Amino acid sequence: MDALFLNVLDSTIRLSVPLIFAALAGLYSERSGIFDISLEGKMLIAAFASASAAAVTGSAYYGLLAGVLAAVAFALVHGLASITYRGNQIVSGVAINFIAAGLAIILGGAWFAQGGRTPPLSGAQRFGEITLPGAGALSGVPVLGPLYSGVVSGQNLLVYLAFAMVPVSWWVLFRTRFGLRLRAVGENPAAVDTAGVSVPWLRYRAVIICGVLTGFAGTYIAIAQAAGFNRDMTAGKGFIALAALIFAKWKPVPVMFACLLFGFLDAFAIRAQNITLPLIGQVPPQAIQALPYVLTVVLLAGFIGKAIPPKAGGVPYVKER
Amino acid sequence: MSRPYVPLPGWINHGLIPLVNVAVAFLVAGLVVLAVGESPVEAARLMLRGAFGYSEGFGFTLYYTTNFILTGLAVAVAFHGGLFNIGGEGQVYLGGLGVALVALNLDGTFPWWVNLPLAILASAAFGALWALIPAVLQARRGSHIVITTIMFNFIASALMVYLIVGPLRPVGTMQPESRRFLEGGQLPKLGPLFERFGLDLGGAPLNVTFFVALLAAFLVWVLIWRTRLGYEIRTLGFSPSAARYAGMSQVRLVVIIMLISGGLAGMMALNPVMGDQYRLQIDFPAGAGFVGIAVALMGRGHPAGIVPAALLFGVLYQGGAELAFDMPAISRDMIVIIQGLVILFAGALENMLRPGIGAAFQAVRFRSPRAGGVEGRA
Repeated sequence: MDALFLNVLDSTIRLSVPLIFAALAGLYSERSGIFDISLEGKMLIAAFASASAAAVTGSAYYGLLAGVLAAVAFALVHGLASITYRGNQIVSGVAINFIAAGLAIILGGAWFAQGGRTPPLSGAQRFGEITLPGAGALSGVPVLGPLYSGVVSGQNLLVYLAFAMVPVSWWVLFRTRFGLRLRAVGENPAAVDTAGVSVPWLRYRAVIICGVLTGFAGTYIAIAQAAGFNRDMTAGKGFIALAALIFAKWKPVPVMFACLLFGFLDAFAIRAQNITLPLIGQVPPQAIQALPYVLTVVLLAGFIGKAIPPKAGGVPYVKER
Repeated sequence: MSRPYVPLPGWINHGLIPLVNVAVAFLVAGLVVLAVGESPVEAARLMLRGAFGYSEGFGFTLYYTTNFILTGLAVAVAFHGGLFNIGGEGQVYLGGLGVALVALNLDGTFPWWVNLPLAILASAAFGALWALIPAVLQARRGSHIVITTIMFNFIASALMVYLIVGPLRPVGTMQPESRRFLEGGQLPKLGPLFERFGLDLGGAPLNVTFFVALLAAFLVWVLIWRTRLGYEIRTLGFSPSAARYAGMSQVRLVVIIMLISGGLAGMMALNPVMGDQYRLQIDFPAGAGFVGIAVALMGRGHPAGIVPAALLFGVLYQGGAELAFDMPAISRDMIVIIQGLVILFAGALENMLRPGIGAAFQAVRFRSPRAGGVEGRA
């Protein structure tokens, strides 16, 4: 088994984890009819809150709690604007991205006086690697051994949680009553209302789940992947997750594969600075970085299948009188 | 919650409510300043002094205002047609390529006043081109324009980094930027003009693009409220089905609206590229495309509102830079928060205070003896 191959596979998984959390977050929100372009902002504020709490309390779990609470708070602002006050969901999302970006730096600067960074974290302040049972013993087995010990084992708790969230989300959305109603409210809120189910409360629950999951995503970036908060550390991942969500046509399992694909492109672009392809010649790294966005546009244009968003997405629901 | 909002007279809808919303945004921003442990009043005083207190600062304020007028108009034109152009940032970036291509090729051949119109055309054309693809995809294939323009921002960024680091970088330098433009590629500063009025702008980069922006604001007003095309744009924005029944081609209108919007955004590149830095640099739009959203929302899509809103953001940018010197706890990122709060309260939460203000207005109206006839004027 090639060491480089294992290495790329390992970083593909690490780079996909925040995308999976964020894209699933968007999945709940958009399936309920609330467009969310503020995944980026919620991840960023969660990254900041988790790193701050971990630095102060010394525990990664308090960090996770703070990250989730911060993201849920921002999600509730989005809910207030787009559900209760029937505002423009895109405008609200843009606003949240700005407020999160500014607030993280201002508060970070005031609390830690390190130019917006949090202090470097170590030990129990971070989510460490978990060695799965038998990883050492199996590493000698050809093919499966290195794969198990080098890729599957040795990840942190949040990585396993992210991949566990994929079947869980599928089950919640497609096998529970709540999931059925959630999908219905994104397609035809009037029908759900007629059935006597509260449209706002359903949508608020979806938005809160979205907050929790973006909280996981931000926490992963700040205290599992990295060791502390940095300015702009989410670096457009929220938008890549949005792209993955569209690419996966708003379905949980395809979401995972789209995120793995985009994570792979990212891992590939970091390693291969100058790639030469046959017939095309040298490919600049910027072209690979732009590929997820280009693919999404091509998909949206309907050239590779059709991406059909939930019908009531982006439209505030006004009860009939 | 689902009570329909009472119709209110125009001066409340377009004057009082936006003003109150913006005031709330600033109050919340003041709370953030308090949370950081500084005085909001003192911060506001320092900001105003930095922006207006001396003439060089004022020059910087107007320089930023120029950027925001153009990006604000770009967002507003799209809004009137019911489209959300979130891709201003990418369109500005590509507009910069247009400016640079004109300047790099003609800066030794022609004087600036020949190059300026060419650069305006090139920047508008490149910005419009970058908005054209999302527009066609929206009009013909129904792809959501918000998503495609976001994606195009990232694609523009990757493309421009490639061009600036690669083909446009002069041989033998490591700086990621194009070569410096010669004299023909440098727009004159307005310093000498202001000196006649006794104002010394010092090193402020305010340049003739300021007048281009004001002219653009006037032309946008003419376009939207005084032409047939503007009427069609507003019809489409107000009710797409009405526009369709009236026989207007939605495809044609969407494409035209986005071309105008992208062109306006692209023209913004004149200000930093040809008016200040005299070279194409990485990340020169620096978020101005997004400020345009706040400016357009605050100005209610009308040039008469957009110009003062752009001035306010010019004050925030210039004053904020000075504030960061005097109050170490506050960095320039305070502006980003204020911008977000303005977008939130003036845009997304604009309905929050409406019922309250409406009820207060009704209470006052029914008590005053001159009641009645107000609806007619609204």
